[in-house]
Amino acid sequence: MTRIIVVGNGMVGLKFCEKLISRSADFEIIVYGEEPRPAYDRVHLSSFFSGSSAEDLLLTPYSWYESNKIKLLTGELVTSIDRNEKAVQTHSGRKDHYDILVLATGSSAFVPNIEGVERNGVFVYRTIEDLIQIRDYASKIKKAVVIGGGLLGLEAAKAMIDLRLETHVVEFAQRLMPRQVDDDGSAILVNKLQQLGIQVHINKSTSRIEGNGKLEGLTFSNGTSIDADMLVISAGIRPRDELAKNSGLNVHQRGGILVDDFMKTNDENIFAIGEAVCHNNMVYGLVAPGYEMAEVVVRQLVNDHIKPFKGFDMSTKLKLLGVDVGSFGDAFGETPGSIPIALKDNRNGVYKRVNISSDGKFLLGGILVGDAAQYHLFHQMVANKIPLPNQPESLIFGTSSKTDETSGVKNLPDSAQICSCENISKGDLVFQIAQSGVTTLDGLKKNTKACTGCGGCAPMVNDILKITLESLGHKVKKTLCEHFDYSRQELFGIIKVKELRTFNQVLDSHGRGDGCEVCKPAVASLLASIWNEPIMQQPTIQDTNDRYLANIQKGGSYSVVPRIAGGEITPDKLMAIGRIAQKYNLYTKITGGQRIDMFGARVDQLPSIWAELIEEGFESGHAYGKALRTVKSCVGSTWCRFGVQDSVAYAIFIENRYKGLRAPHKIKGAVSGCIRECAEAQSKDFGIIATEKGWNLYVCGNGGARPQHAKLLVNDVDMETCTKLIDRFLMFYIRTADPLTRTATWLNKMEGGLDYLREVIIDDKLGICDLLEKEMKELIEGYHCEWKKVVDDPELQKQFKHFINSDDTDPTLSFVEVREQKLPSNWNEMRDKNK
Amino acid sequence: MEILNQLRTHAAENLCEIKIWFRAAHISDFPENGGACIKYKDLQIAVFNFSRRNEWYACQNLCPHKMQMVLSRGMIGSTDGDPKIACPFHKKTFSLLNGQCLNGEEEKISVFPVKVEDGFIYIGFTK
Ligand code: SRM
Ligand SMILES: Cc1cc2nc3c(=O)[nH]c(=O)nc-3n(C[C@H](O)[C@H](O)[C@H](O)COP(=O)(O)OP(=O)(O)OC[C@H]3O[C@@H](n4cnc5c(N)ncnc54)[C@H](O)[C@@H]3O)c2cc1C
Ligand code: SF4
Ligand code: FES
Repeated sequence: MTRIIVVGNGMVGLKFCEKLISRSADFEIIVYGEEPRPAYDRVHLSSFFSGSSAEDLLLTPYSWYESNKIKLLTGELVTSIDRNEKAVQTHSGRKDHYDILVLATGSSAFVPNIEGVERNGVFVYRTIEDLIQIRDYASKIKKAVVIGGGLLGLEAAKAMIDLRLETHVVEFAQRLMPRQVDDDGSAILVNKLQQLGIQVHINKSTSRIEGNGKLEGLTFSNGTSIDADMLVISAGIRPRDELAKNSGLNVHQRGGILVDDFMKTNDENIFAIGEAVCHNNMVYGLVAPGYEMAEVVVRQLVNDHIKPFKGFDMSTKLKLLGVDVGSFGDAFGETPGSIPIALKDNRNGVYKRVNISSDGKFLLGGILVGDAAQYHLFHQMVANKIPLPNQPESLIFGTSSKTDETSGVKNLPDSAQICSCENISKGDLVFQIAQSGVTTLDGLKKNTKACTGCGGCAPMVNDILKITLESLGHKVKKTLCEHFDYSRQELFGIIKVKELRTFNQVLDSHGRGDGCEVCKPAVASLLASIWNEPIMQQPTIQDTNDRYLANIQKGGSYSVVPRIAGGEITPDKLMAIGRIAQKYNLYTKITGGQRIDMFGARVDQLPSIWAELIEEGFESGHAYGKALRTVKSCVGSTWCRFGVQDSVAYAIFIENRYKGLRAPHKIKGAVSGCIRECAEAQSKDFGIIATEKGWNLYVCGNGGARPQHAKLLVNDVDMETCTKLIDRFLMFYIRTADPLTRTATWLNKMEGGLDYLREVIIDDKLGICDLLEKEMKELIEGYHCEWKKVVDDPELQKQFKHFINSDDTDPTLSFVEVREQKLPSNWNEMRDKNK
Repeated sequence: MEILNQLRTHAAENLCEIKIWFRAAHISDFPENGGACIKYKDLQIAVFNFSRRNEWYACQNLCPHKMQMVLSRGMIGSTDGDPKIACPFHKKTFSLLNGQCLNGEEEKISVFPVKVEDGFIYIGFTK
């Protein structure tokens, strides 16, 4: 067997392995990686600061290598190559023979030689370890400077904002992203960054990093300076060619292992691929060219359709700090005779520039800032030399409606490359859709791997899917899952009209198969919203939290949240909660929703805890359901010297009105007693703010990962009108939203937006307002406390046991004591312990 | 992983390896189209009453994703006709026929044979 050693387990090294094993089993593969973990997604590295863990970023787990018989040695730096003996040696002294060696050593961050770069608080932005260090350091400081206003630098700046630091970007050139955009494009970008609170300093060359041990500031060559607590250098990359160089392989004087068109170095048994390589005077700092290089080598090894590496288009589209930036083809109009056409819209922060050929027939390239929706289309027009329309300026001055985009996709030739990360053409996609009968984006992703790299091509792939399906005569519509060909809204109508009461009735009459974890809770939610019967009658179609009327927690225990409407509670009730929590040894915490959560209950303890709470006058808080959660309040006019209306009374009234109401997703409300908005009503699904004359009603706000302010629906209305409008609003939402869609997303997707919503629920354009109010009234009248149902019914209580054949409790439940209360044992530790 | 290996030594590759048919509980103890957990020695086994199909399945109660003892509280369903269980924690799904993870790269779970006699559910173990 031929033995292949791969040095470097980065994105390209891994892609090489994937490609090779998918074509041949005739190779023994050994991979050496210097980093402590297997290859991870460096392209999405920054998501580490917005919630992804190091584990989430892994491209494949250790077990993947094992099951494909690839020997992966992480934490091993290859230090020398003995080319005569054909062997590599690592820092720990390991030695291995190779038949073929593939160098995929990537690059490191380029650190300019500035006086003082060794100071504490100076970081680069390349590996997960770098990011961990940055995060730890950032927790102690306030102000960060990023050197580098290119792609990577701006990404680092975004990370600094995510870490809530005052952020400055310093760029040596006279504009941001000097390789992708021109001065006008950069001006728009600078503007946008400033709106986000990032200060931009262009045309500044750093001459010294000040400080004493740790850094305290930067001095520029023009004599000015800036204070800083942390510096992140993100000023470019430096190919890691040191191993190659020390082993006598040729490297470029400015860095990069020299290779020919077949990725061969000057040793015929050694290939080099990825960012470490210099091909035809170019070092490619993107994944797609690296993947193509891997393909070139794999084809030679398996001796099938051998092709050379022909260089790579460096067009890019990305979303930086929420700003779309696209740069494609001849972006700067360097082709002789090319004519630029540009649109600069400072008000909306949009810049578009296209360069057309001197004869006006073809698009050569261009730059898009602020709105890059047309990027893929333009890029394909360049790549495929699609003739321009008669008035080429209509490309950027005309409105870029969605239909234009799909018709553009329609005109692309089959050879057009759609997914550049995986090199998939339009023809490949159409073939898959036609031949293998895939009908969903997910299916297409699985079959072709399209969109699995940077994901930028997803909108285009989706358009191609839609167009192809349509041309094949498929009706394209939103369906719940493989078991139902209906959308949630359609099922609402069906269930209501046909008076279906159970999941099985719905499935038997309008679905197929046996259901799944997607359609069961969706139908359960519909049944609850339409009939409001106790969900305990069909426990096994509920999500686990609904099934046990409590929220499952790490380790498998549950939390209990009684309703505390409006956040108002008497001392007696406070003491009751304290007593019950103490009796059952529960961890207690004030929630973000103005109430009290008690954690760590065993499943068998739930009914008796509820019984005691009910005894004290509490009810279920529905913290487990896609249902009304809380209506927060501020103190309001009764106590507060600024209050103009009684916000507490109104919040309690509203919370009690909608308690138990089930919806496509959870719903939250708040009532503030004056314009100061202490109840944060504008971040809620419905928010009410008191005015001198009455109440302002806001709708469709959201906290969570994508916060969105609620929009003003009506102002200065009286309480009765306000309540009536909320009735209509909620009922319309319950009827028409997709599963697990909050009101904010529902409105964002609604054609016609807020105006349409107003027409429906205020002007009664559809003539359904009476119906909506009637339906809401029925739901309100049908309210019951779900806990009480269980407490009153010994039959139902039988489900609340860990084992059905033993009274033992779950022996794996374990807790530790922290700050005088119990917490579940850490699950990662539990995992490791069991390894 | 120790726990997983321990479970595997109890799961039979084919029916002739079964040494013990353990009487777990009465049919009526299980919810319709859902699961419950039973204790056998120091193992926890999730047993599913797939009443819609008139079938019974058993698998380990431990979800290999975060090592949580919860699979019996998950939702059952089918994909392309094959029965599956979705973990209530993060909705990883596993085939009830062979234990394969269907939407991720998690370890395979162990599945156990089930038989019904005189209204009682029996689970087959190799020891
Ligand atoms: C307990 C609590 C945290 C706390 O200790 O303060 C909490 C806990 C959870 N939140 Fe929350 N959220 C809590 C207030 C909030 C708030 C603040 C608020 O309501 O004012 C928000 C932002 C406001 C909003 O929802 O718009 C919030 C936004 C979320 C989201 C993101 C929702 C979104 O639309 O993006 C999720 C995820 C989801 O629901 O899909 C979530 C999901 C969860 C879940 C249910 C996660 C889960 O599935 O297990 C947590 C359940 C823990 C448990 O068992 O109790 N939680 N969560 C708070 C309970 C409030 C209550 O009394 O009911
Ligand atoms: C923050 C950030 C954002 C990015 N965003 C994008 C983007 O949006 N789009 C895009 O296309 N690209 C992006 N890139 C670039 C992309 O990540 C790289 O092009 C890609 O990772 C290159 O892959 P590689 O395998 O050649 O190198 P690497 O991923 O760097 O992997 C090389 C590996 O080899 C190891 N190694 C080196 N020498 C040795 C040795 N002697 N022995 C053992 N191991 C060794 C290194 O430790 C490293 O793990 C981004 C990069 C960063 C840092
Ligand atoms: S309580 Fe909410 S924010 Fe906190 S960890 Fe859970 S889901 Fe995340
Ligand atoms: S613990 Fe089961 S899916 Fe995460």
